[in-house]
Amino acid sequence: MLGRSANGIFWLFRYLERAENTVRLIEAGFRMALTRDSGAASEEWRSVLITLGMQHAYAARHGDDVTGAHVFNFVLRDRDNPASVMAMIEAARTNARMVRTGITREVWEAVNESWMKLREIFARPVTETRLRDVLDAVRRQATQVRGAIESTMLRNDIYHFAGIGTFVERADNTARILDVKYYVLLPSLSAVGSSLDNVQWENVLRSVAGERAYRWLNAGQMDPRGIASFLILDQRFPRSLAFCYAQLQANMGFLANEYGFETEAHAIYQSGYGRLSALTIEAIFEQGLHQFIGEFLACNNRLAQQIQRDYRFVE
Amino acid sequence: MTTPCYDEMREPDGTVRPAYDGYRQWLEAQPPGLLKRKGVEAEAFFRRTGITFNVYGAADAEERLIPFDPVPRIITASQWRKLSRGIDQRVRALNAFLHDLYHRQEIVRAGRLPERLLQGNAAYLPQMAGFTPPGGVYTHIVGIDLVRTGEDDFMVLEDNARTPSGVSYMLENRETMMAMFPELFTRVRVREVSDYPRRLARSLAACAPAAFAGDKPTVAVLTPGIYNSAYFEHAFLADQMGAELVEGSDLKVEGGRVAMRTTRGWQPVDVIYRRVDDEYLDPLSFNPDSVLGVAGIMDVYRAGGITIANAPGTGISDDKAIYSFMPEIVEFYTGEKPILPNVPTWRCSEPDALAYVLDNLAELVVKEVHGSGGYGMLIGPTSSKKEIATFAAKLRARPDNYIAQPTLSLSTVPIFTKAGLAPRHVDLRPFVLVSPHGIDITPGGLTRVALKKGSLVVNSSQGGGTKDSWVLDD
Repeated sequence: MLGRSANGIFWLFRYLERAENTVRLIEAGFRMALTRDSGAASEEWRSVLITLGMQHAYAARHGDDVTGAHVFNFVLRDRDNPASVMAMIEAARTNARMVRTGITREVWEAVNESWMKLREIFARPVTETRLRDVLDAVRRQATQVRGAIESTMLRNDIYHFAGIGTFVERADNTARILDVKYYVLLPSLSAVGSSLDNVQWENVLRSVAGERAYRWLNAGQMDPRGIASFLILDQRFPRSLAFCYAQLQANMGFLANEYGFETEAHAIYQSGYGRLSALTIEAIFEQGLHQFIGEFLACNNRLAQQIQRDYRFVE
Repeated sequence: MTTPCYDEMREPDGTVRPAYDGYRQWLEAQPPGLLKRKGVEAEAFFRRTGITFNVYGAADAEERLIPFDPVPRIITASQWRKLSRGIDQRVRALNAFLHDLYHRQEIVRAGRLPERLLQGNAAYLPQMAGFTPPGGVYTHIVGIDLVRTGEDDFMVLEDNARTPSGVSYMLENRETMMAMFPELFTRVRVREVSDYPRRLARSLAACAPAAFAGDKPTVAVLTPGIYNSAYFEHAFLADQMGAELVEGSDLKVEGGRVAMRTTRGWQPVDVIYRRVDDEYLDPLSFNPDSVLGVAGIMDVYRAGGITIANAPGTGISDDKAIYSFMPEIVEFYTGEKPILPNVPTWRCSEPDALAYVLDNLAELVVKEVHGSGGYGMLIGPTSSKKEIATFAAKLRARPDNYIAQPTLSLSTVPIFTKAGLAPRHVDLRPFVLVSPHGIDITPGGLTRVALKKGSLVVNSSQGGGTKDSWVLDD
């Protein structure tokens, strides 16, 4: 396959994944904001913007006025925001058009249809009343694309580059949430969390669609260390760092096998995955949760860069 | 229109012609509203599958759909037999002509073609002189634009010997028709078009260059990229052929071959089906600013390292100034009388012709010699006095730049409108493949239709639509 196609596939799936995760973050933020006074709600929205790395762009547009409708319209559909969900869907579709010959008709149609639907939805401002429907629509579209991939794509290098894009992005997104919210999960003085703590913890889980799974696994008990462990080390949870890296193992392994050689990216991956598998949550907290996440993000980013070089994504 | 025009479905008294008899029987048995409902379905289908094109110069740069009309355009088996003989003859002549132009120029020596048409003509590429492309094929893919004025009167309006487009619409239109009206195809036997991509792949592979070694040549489709108006088609054909869709930035010259950058390293390409104009093909040989082509590809080509389809420099054969000589050209190279006539053409470069054209602008269609896509032309009967006067000034300033033709009473085929079936003017572009094994014409082609009542402009860039084109099976 062409290096440029690998690049297109990789970014197509990064954008799709990022769009979906962004929507989850908005959803959690919205729910949180509903239950708080306006000062705290504003704080919550600010942390959403920071997680997405949009705080400066947002400030340039709206200044200090951090309110829900402004934030979610900015994040979802503002034309001045090059990282808006709509812009990502647009970029995903552009990439899909570019690699049209590498994806099945079903995948292309699912991406194209998402773009058509969302463009219509985002043509007018999103109100609080409409927000839930809008978020649902984005999620449903993402699910449709994923379904088309799983059921129609050949399991060749194209499929695995799609997987690499997806899981590098997902790991990055989950880590970013932890990076911004790590303090919520730090050990507090009281053994039993206050009700405010409980709300905060649940919100972290909700941002990665993990609240039900976590409760189910832990019989409803919220505990910060357990949550951190769940999001970082639990290979059963599809948005945990460990899960993403286990998936990458298959994707990277396929390429090494199929092409008959390993690359520098494989070495970076191995060291990252090795560390994740060897760690316990105790060790992570001992090292410092924040520092661990920082290092993980840097390593994940290095991996992405190296893959793009090793497989000749660009000249 | 002064003369009544020929309707392909109905006689002047309203009786349905034999070609449409099967279709009429089917249509009469359908519930009212069916065509309308199916039309809406078809549009949604096209949008979803992304069968769109970009219009150059449109402010919003939006992707548009080429309107699809659900009433087929039908050609009988015997009409098609005659047409294909004529097309075959014309395409043979085009290739022989190109070979001659880039070698001994016998036709010029014989005094049958004025030398001035070649001198200073940008479509004539000196880089091709003395070189014979692999397999001797110049025009691997040709589109011959035909118009019809009567039962047996088909004429060639234009030859497209560079990079003719539209074949994906021919294929998708058929797919759409079969999806919308499956039972129609069980009642009327229509010749298949769907194996065109396979035939194209085979035809291209048969023209592998000298440097090719192995059992299957690597074919790639070279596109200018996703913003090109025909990008959908480039992707479609690459996909259907199982070929890579490459851009200039994916290619480089290495070790006497053209190679593409793959995730495993650089891999040689044997045959390039390029959808990039000559001018942009090689910045070292042609336009130095081009980023769409490959630096040095012409040297590789001339050394037998790659096949370029169509060959560079084929544009000289479909130049509109050359067009008027096509009857002589056909006769010169085939020794036969042309089966398909040209549309009568005045060469404005000749003083008598220019005088006639200037006196009769209101009745004529005047075209730029190097123009395409319906841009830069004058349609006398539908233009205002002022437009005609402005155009006359341009014509006087550069008469060499124009040819003129009578306003033809193009045949009509019904389209579906809100008020029911209504006749509209059509043309036909059959697609022809050329390989060392011979000439292969796909039955039918692309029918373009002017959607506005009375309009003669069928170009998609100017509001034309398309129809599925049927050749009936015997």
